[in-house]
Amino acid sequence: MASEFVTLSLTPLLIGIFAAVACALPGNFLLLRKQALIGDAISHVALPGIVVAFLLTGAISTWPMMLGAAGAAIVAVVMIEGIRRLGRIEPGAAMGVVFTTLFAAGVLLLEQSDTSSVHLDVEHALYGNLESLIWLDGTGWDSLLDPQALAYLPVELPRMAATLVVVAAFIALFWRPLKIATFDEGFARTLGMRTEWLGLALVLMAALAAVAAFDAVGSIIVIAMFICPPAAARMMTNRLEVQVGWSVVFASVSAIVGYVLAGYGPMWVGMADAVSAAGMIATVSGVILAISALWGPCRRRAGAPSGV
Amino acid sequence: MQLSLASQNGQSAAEAGLSSSPLCIRGLTVSYGEKPAVFSVDMTVVAGQMTAIIGPNGAGKSTLLKAALGIVPPLSGRVQVFGRPLDHQRARIAYVPQRASVDWDFPTRVIDVVMMGLYRDLGLLGRIRGSHRQIARDCLDRVGMHEFSERQIGQLSGGQQQRVFLARALAQGADLYLLDEPFAGVDAATEKAIISVLKDLRAEGKTVVAVHHDLATVRDYFDNVFLINTRKVAEGPVDEAFTAETLQAAYGGRLATAQVDQIATTA
Repeated sequence: MASEFVTLSLTPLLIGIFAAVACALPGNFLLLRKQALIGDAISHVALPGIVVAFLLTGAISTWPMMLGAAGAAIVAVVMIEGIRRLGRIEPGAAMGVVFTTLFAAGVLLLEQSDTSSVHLDVEHALYGNLESLIWLDGTGWDSLLDPQALAYLPVELPRMAATLVVVAAFIALFWRPLKIATFDEGFARTLGMRTEWLGLALVLMAALAAVAAFDAVGSIIVIAMFICPPAAARMMTNRLEVQVGWSVVFASVSAIVGYVLAGYGPMWVGMADAVSAAGMIATVSGVILAISALWGPCRRRAGAPSGV
Repeated sequence: MQLSLASQNGQSAAEAGLSSSPLCIRGLTVSYGEKPAVFSVDMTVVAGQMTAIIGPNGAGKSTLLKAALGIVPPLSGRVQVFGRPLDHQRARIAYVPQRASVDWDFPTRVIDVVMMGLYRDLGLLGRIRGSHRQIARDCLDRVGMHEFSERQIGQLSGGQQQRVFLARALAQGADLYLLDEPFAGVDAATEKAIISVLKDLRAEGKTVVAVHHDLATVRDYFDNVFLINTRKVAEGPVDEAFTAETLQAAYGGRLATAQVDQIATTA
């Protein structure tokens, strides 16, 4: 039982948790800045980025695809800013226009290109394949101390862990500027802060988290984790420090409960097959949001205008 | 300080190179779209006094303040603070934005907002000490908000929110205080509390500049006025620059002549 858990469930669980937390952390600030949809935008435009990278290199290999996704994310951010300024359109609408268009372009590209021989399809882009990230060399808890077995950990695990470390370090280091500039940008500028660079850095961190998580678990989790845990956390507290703590808890709980329910839930109700873990994790995060919206202690002051 | 009615083509800086003035602006032009919001404005703030920036709605009062602080980029012009470029003097400036410019549902407490005024001391990762908390509490005390320090800021009234913003500016420990409509939409008690704090600052030798909209209180509150309607209209001591003539020039037909006479002659 223990060995089966380590082989089949440990790595997907950890990857799911790391991905969820890495997205939820910047999500707190994006939500308060009314930019929550940027995570949605980034994760969608990753698809055309990946397809273009595939067309250029002709192979499914990680680094070109990550670069393609990251490049597409940057293109999207620039496009959103450009449309917002030139068209004088509100940011939410600008994001909506950009990510639907680019995602649609990605779908068209994918259809037209010969990707039938490789594992690259729209479904994968949306849901990822968390369940497949198993650790065949992990035969029990003692494998965690076995360098040979560790060498065969799914590459997504260290990559997602590193992403989480980078994102968390950024938030911790720039905590005060992020807080001040998010609350009162004009005041932040009088302190000499470069608020436009800070905002861009935050979006780039979100893009990093989105692209890394997209690769491992698909865009559904990314979209849900940018918005649901922070929005639910906002209704639990009136302090930003505590809100971020709650968002980490909610993201982790979503990942764990969602994974377990996806794997075993259908069996409990007498169905034969497991359901998508990514879909279930996103669903659980939505349920948590609904519960805190109904019973959270600070929901009255939860900033309906600043929410989703 | 002589009264100066600006000429059509903008005033040239007569007294070039003056100035250890707390805030010295030359040829400042700011534009958001095609029409300039502030056009070729010169301003020299007198140290240790209180100056009101006055003008009709959309006259560029807030924009002038924001450009002076580097919040919005000017098209042209120079700003000097105590005789040096703004970037070298940020520690000597405190700023109170318009209350409506932020989202008061932001998840934070009163004391945390005041602590933001200490950012320049604390830096990115500096440890918050007891002395910092003491400064923040003292500043809340000065605006009469001591017992609210643990409240979430969204639970305050408009006047209380304005006082919290003033407390944050006090925590900055500056020499020049720039306030954007500090009396807009506040209750009478708050207005009294704020003006008393500002007069205390003046007594300490600090300089105060405030965008002000209530013409009836200009004489009571301020030493100098700066009248603006995109271009500078007048600048100087209240007795000289705040007259029926200058008000008519700034507001045009928007003020009834009788009203103007009444305001300008109420001593």
